[in-house]
Amino acid sequence: MGAIAAGVNLVAGYPGTPSTEVLETAAKHNDGSIYVEWSTNEKAGMEVAAGAAYSGARSMVTMKQVGLNVASDPLMSLEYIGVKGGMVVMVADDPGPISSQTEQDTRHYAAFAKLPCFDPSSVQEAYDMIQEAFELSERYGTPVFFRPTTRVCHGYASIDIKEPSEYHVNKPDGFKRDTMRWVIFPRLSYANHKKIEARNAKLSEVFSDYKRNFIERYNENNDGVSRGIATHGISYTYTQEALDSCRASFAKKDGDAETEFPDVLKISTPFPFPEELAVKFLTGKKEVLCIEELDPVIERQLIYLCGKYNLNVKIRGKLTHDVNDAGENTIDSVKESIAGFMGWQDMTANPDATGNGDDAAPPQLPVRPPVLCAGCPHRASFYAVKEAMRGKNTIFCGDIGCYTLGNAMPLDMVDTCLCMGAGLGIAQGVGHIEPDKTCFAFVGDSTFFASAITGVVNAVYNKADMILVVLDNSTTAMTGHQPHPGTGHRMMELAANYEKPADDIANVVSIENVLRGIGVAAVETVNPLDHKKSVEIVKKMAGIKGVKAIIFKSPCVVMVKHDKPKAVEKDKCVSCKKCINSIGCPAIILNDGRAFIDASSCTGCGLCAQICPVGAIV
Amino acid sequence: MNNNIFFCGVGGQGTVLASKLIASAAMRRGIPVMSAETIGMAQKGGSVFSYLRLGENLHCPMLASGTADIIIGFEPAEAVRSLRYLRPDGCVIVNVHPIMPVTAVLNGGSYKVSEMTEYLKAKVANLTLVDCKRACDEIGSPKAMNMVMLGAAIRTGVMDLSLDDIKAAMRERVKPQFVEMNERALDYAG
Repeated sequence: MGAIAAGVNLVAGYPGTPSTEVLETAAKHNDGSIYVEWSTNEKAGMEVAAGAAYSGARSMVTMKQVGLNVASDPLMSLEYIGVKGGMVVMVADDPGPISSQTEQDTRHYAAFAKLPCFDPSSVQEAYDMIQEAFELSERYGTPVFFRPTTRVCHGYASIDIKEPSEYHVNKPDGFKRDTMRWVIFPRLSYANHKKIEARNAKLSEVFSDYKRNFIERYNENNDGVSRGIATHGISYTYTQEALDSCRASFAKKDGDAETEFPDVLKISTPFPFPEELAVKFLTGKKEVLCIEELDPVIERQLIYLCGKYNLNVKIRGKLTHDVNDAGENTIDSVKESIAGFMGWQDMTANPDATGNGDDAAPPQLPVRPPVLCAGCPHRASFYAVKEAMRGKNTIFCGDIGCYTLGNAMPLDMVDTCLCMGAGLGIAQGVGHIEPDKTCFAFVGDSTFFASAITGVVNAVYNKADMILVVLDNSTTAMTGHQPHPGTGHRMMELAANYEKPADDIANVVSIENVLRGIGVAAVETVNPLDHKKSVEIVKKMAGIKGVKAIIFKSPCVVMVKHDKPKAVEKDKCVSCKKCINSIGCPAIILNDGRAFIDASSCTGCGLCAQICPVGAIV
Repeated sequence: MNNNIFFCGVGGQGTVLASKLIASAAMRRGIPVMSAETIGMAQKGGSVFSYLRLGENLHCPMLASGTADIIIGFEPAEAVRSLRYLRPDGCVIVNVHPIMPVTAVLNGGSYKVSEMTEYLKAKVANLTLVDCKRACDEIGSPKAMNMVMLGAAIRTGVMDLSLDDIKAAMRERVKPQFVEMNERALDYAG
């Protein structure tokens, strides 16, 4: 919404939790003047956004933190070229991590790429700040980072927004040919590198005066406060909550007696670091606690400044183990860190309801790992491969998507998972070392387009021996069903016809044709819910030399109308539990020792009925 | 009046819609709201939480332990898991119909609902048990559950919102053919 108010002309991105909703919101509230696309991957999106900004448009590209690794190639060069229209690189970080492979910190990328970085701490601030990010980007002709974290991305709040009449209007004046500006050469990079360093020194000064970097003083008497807290992002709001709660406890206990509270430094632009403001904050302090999520970026900056300006301040934080060095912060963890830092011994966690009554131990709670949905076609695909290859020497290389959940018992069909598209390469590498192993790589349809095609070319070119299994459910399911090149829908049309997307608007890129075009030895497409046929095809493929591909095609169960639920015929069921122990469908539960199908969750996919040895499921 | 509300359940139970309805009902009354929720990986049968705060001078959408006025628990074991968020004198609404995780079924064991409800009874004075399975059977739709829970939560009076406020917010968000069923679910009082 903030980007729309800033007059954004083009938004591109690749879905990834927790960044996905930004692009979807822009598409939903589009008055028709903004071009919005789901790109094939983050690199494609970055380049599309750069091209638009070359043409004077305000553009934005959205992705999650690991997506930035894919897009880093164009980004690192774009740093030297710069842009004409404002360009915001919106990268969502995921402390925890709650749904990511890594806890990487995009603030490092900003420093590495020498690009300004904005770090919002609330929904309101994100709305306001992204407009300021566009302005700064345009003024200095450089892409800028905007990096919210999960709790800001997946928060909502009542906020003040602009009326459409107050929106910034940007009319792109088009691309102007100028090879000295837009064509990267070593000499140009050298010249621009010097300019970038000078600009960033200037931006450090600009950011010291930026209203969202500030020092908050909690004491009436400002002088002589010897301790401070430096923080950022959502942790700033945890700090506010924790300090409010401590102040309330002190007021209750000591009445008017004044307790010294720490000054708080809030950093909204970790790069270029607002040096002057930070030195002002450090001067006269004895100790400073840095409360950050992911990496100790502010902490290291403050240590550096203490050395540079010869300030005798002890900097504490993650490096001194005063703050957790991994995982996300909470109000409780921040309060504990502050209480420890300030020596407030009785300011621990609030009493809660678990302390009521007797101190009986709580009952043991069930663990709830995420699992494939009831009726998910991936379950059938994994089970077909498992049955066909039972007893054989195999490896199953997984990938990123819903189908990573094929790792759970009882399927247990994911031996490796690294990053988007990596399963293909890993399967080849294992195969070169162990020629007797049948190497499988599983990849989803969206991941196939995003980053697996080059892996297939590599396999064919280098004469690998492997089986590629494409799990084609015709959507990007994990992140909430975004379209991709194989679906025949594009974001623009989807948003315009949200209720009823028209059929086949874009050209469908056929996975089967792509694979045949590359020269894969054998390609078969089969519905995984036909268990017998699926097993036969896997066995047939395992007998062929070279690179083979099986496309298991069946739509995501969340997207389609369900069939009539199956039921167990009590008189026929022999309680062998094969249905439960082999496929682990959440719709099948045990009731008095017998399998029982929960009609409200069963989708009628029929996999269990094909497995039951006595035909008791109908 | 400020309210801290904690929702918990299992992915797919409709906790997020319930939280959004309270939020939009509050916003229609001019009460500021802040909220955060877990979505993504957690959706697929995992535990889900949603924090909702109503009132002035809020900094952060998350809750500290011991600060929720009410826990709306869509699943009994999840309510027990979330109890540390509840104020010592807070209130709990809980659905007694469990969702057994696949792992529990595989191990041949299921957890005992009575252990969960007994523990809640020992710890929470202001506890309401709701038999959502029976409610849904009587209403005639398995999808009515979140509205049954929401109705029960409003009737505690902990939040300064009426059933009419919620119904008005619900009509704006729900497809017309489901409005009547949802109204009956909100009014369902066991």
